[in-house]
Amino acid sequence: MASERHGMVEKRGAGLWLTHVFMILGVLVIFFPIWLAFVASTVTQPEIVKPPMPLWPGDHFWENYTKALFSGVNVPVSTMLFNSLVMAIGIAVGKIVISLLSAFAIVYFRFPGRTFFFWMIFLTLMLPVEVRIVPTFEVVAGFGMLNSYGGLIFPLIASATATFLFRQFFLTIPDELAEAARVDGASPMRFFWDIVVPMSRTNVAALFVILFIYGWNQYLWPLLITTDPEMNTIVMGIKQMFPSGDDVADWPVIMATSILAMIPPVFVVVSMQRLFIRGLVDSEK
Amino acid sequence: MEKRVIFSGWLLPLLLIAPQVVISLVFFFYPAAQAIWQSFFIPDPFGLSSRFVGFGNFEFLFSDPYYRAAFGTTAVFSILVTLCSMIPALFLAVIADRLIKGSGVYRTMLIWPYAVAPAVAGVLWLFMFNTRVGVVSWYLGNLGYDWNHVLNGGEAMGLVVVASAWGRISYNFLFFFAALQAVPKSVIEAAAIDGAHFWRRFWTIVLPLLSPTTFFLLVVNVVYSFFETFGVIHTITGGGPQQSTTVLVYKVFADGFVGQDLGSSSAQSVILLFVVGLLTIIQFKFVEKRVHY
Repeated sequence: MASERHGMVEKRGAGLWLTHVFMILGVLVIFFPIWLAFVASTVTQPEIVKPPMPLWPGDHFWENYTKALFSGVNVPVSTMLFNSLVMAIGIAVGKIVISLLSAFAIVYFRFPGRTFFFWMIFLTLMLPVEVRIVPTFEVVAGFGMLNSYGGLIFPLIASATATFLFRQFFLTIPDELAEAARVDGASPMRFFWDIVVPMSRTNVAALFVILFIYGWNQYLWPLLITTDPEMNTIVMGIKQMFPSGDDVADWPVIMATSILAMIPPVFVVVSMQRLFIRGLVDSEK
Repeated sequence: MEKRVIFSGWLLPLLLIAPQVVISLVFFFYPAAQAIWQSFFIPDPFGLSSRFVGFGNFEFLFSDPYYRAAFGTTAVFSILVTLCSMIPALFLAVIADRLIKGSGVYRTMLIWPYAVAPAVAGVLWLFMFNTRVGVVSWYLGNLGYDWNHVLNGGEAMGLVVVASAWGRISYNFLFFFAALQAVPKSVIEAAAIDGAHFWRRFWTIVLPLLSPTTFFLLVVNVVYSFFETFGVIHTITGGGPQQSTTVLVYKVFADGFVGQDLGSSSAQSVILLFVVGLLTIIQFKFVEKRVHY
């Protein structure tokens, strides 16, 4: 093959062209469900229920999105968006704060029970919410935390992954820094605030991206504990917009809600792409 | 690895670690212990008292054809999701790796589905294949294929598999792409000079070098399809038709919350606990060692 002889491994000419075509086809196929949802959110209900629906956006964008945001089906989507935002930020910030603190304790101190607590945190890896749903629900109900932000956030907030990540990172902080702080008579907390936290900035940001998406995309837990539509999160609320029985779903509004539900996490991922990829790779190590 | 320089005192570190420990105890360990405890009892219909039955709940589960079917369904589902998300991802990553210009743009486009929640992905795919308004099902109908995942178990399974695998393609793509970029170009060029064509280079050099990533992704995707696909199944099929898409996690939910069968649901939780434990051990034992030929 001529192109092989010239370029060795990089494709050129027709080969390069073909590679781009394959890539574009792949992207189109992957992207199609999102495109279709967007189109459906800009047309009218009659256009959808008489298949096939159009494949190009219509001119009912504002109408559908205004209806979704301010009246919705059970509850305005703006309320659900706010709940999701509180939950996602609460989970991300909460996990980061408690993990920073516990990793700092584990790395920079020797105290009774240190190994025991370390393994205890490790074991939480093996207890995803899915395997303890009924009893966790009972605990949260017992605290009177059903339909509350606390109930949405706390049961998901302990994270072994984040603790290990920070532990790994703290171990790479040069000992001289801690030594200098000790010689200067700085308290451990002063060292934590002035040295450890600023140095962890990139790790914190990368983790925030991953945890924000984790929190935003939760489904089972909000489904169980938010019986009041006012407390629904957007990801679990979409399913609640489908009518029971034979009524026809309000597709343009449901699809507008789906698009709204993916905007914040997609924005976070795309705008912080480098941090996101770093966070992804780090948190899986 | 331990720090040589440490601070003294024991009260401060205990206070620092306390929030995480307290939350783990209250929301993780206590409920897990509770699930284990309850799995040995059958509550009476009014929930006033419960009767100790030993391993009765477990014995019942393993003789229950529905529960055994859920095991099979979970196995089929997770194998299919893993394959359907890894093969296209590898294909796309190989193509992207061949492009010097533009791969960044494609990467940005391909990351999108990762950020879409499984439950939202479920709604998008449900919309495309909806029996009344779905675009894809309408075109299939025109081609003479009568798509109906509401009645046909196989089609229901196909749909939840594709909807679950879709978002994972992004994730797997990122890992494969990073791994491909790390393959030394000199090795590939040497093989090219020796006359090995693209597919031969791929099978004999690139794929073996990707084996650590591939194995890691296999484990991670199986874990994903076990525990994070509830949203997809709940939005698309609700476990049906005739339980054909009821996976283990879905059954814990259905029996515990919908069916209010606490003993059985707890016993199922305990079984899942063993499954997670096993998967975590596999992940740490093998992935940490980085499978390398």
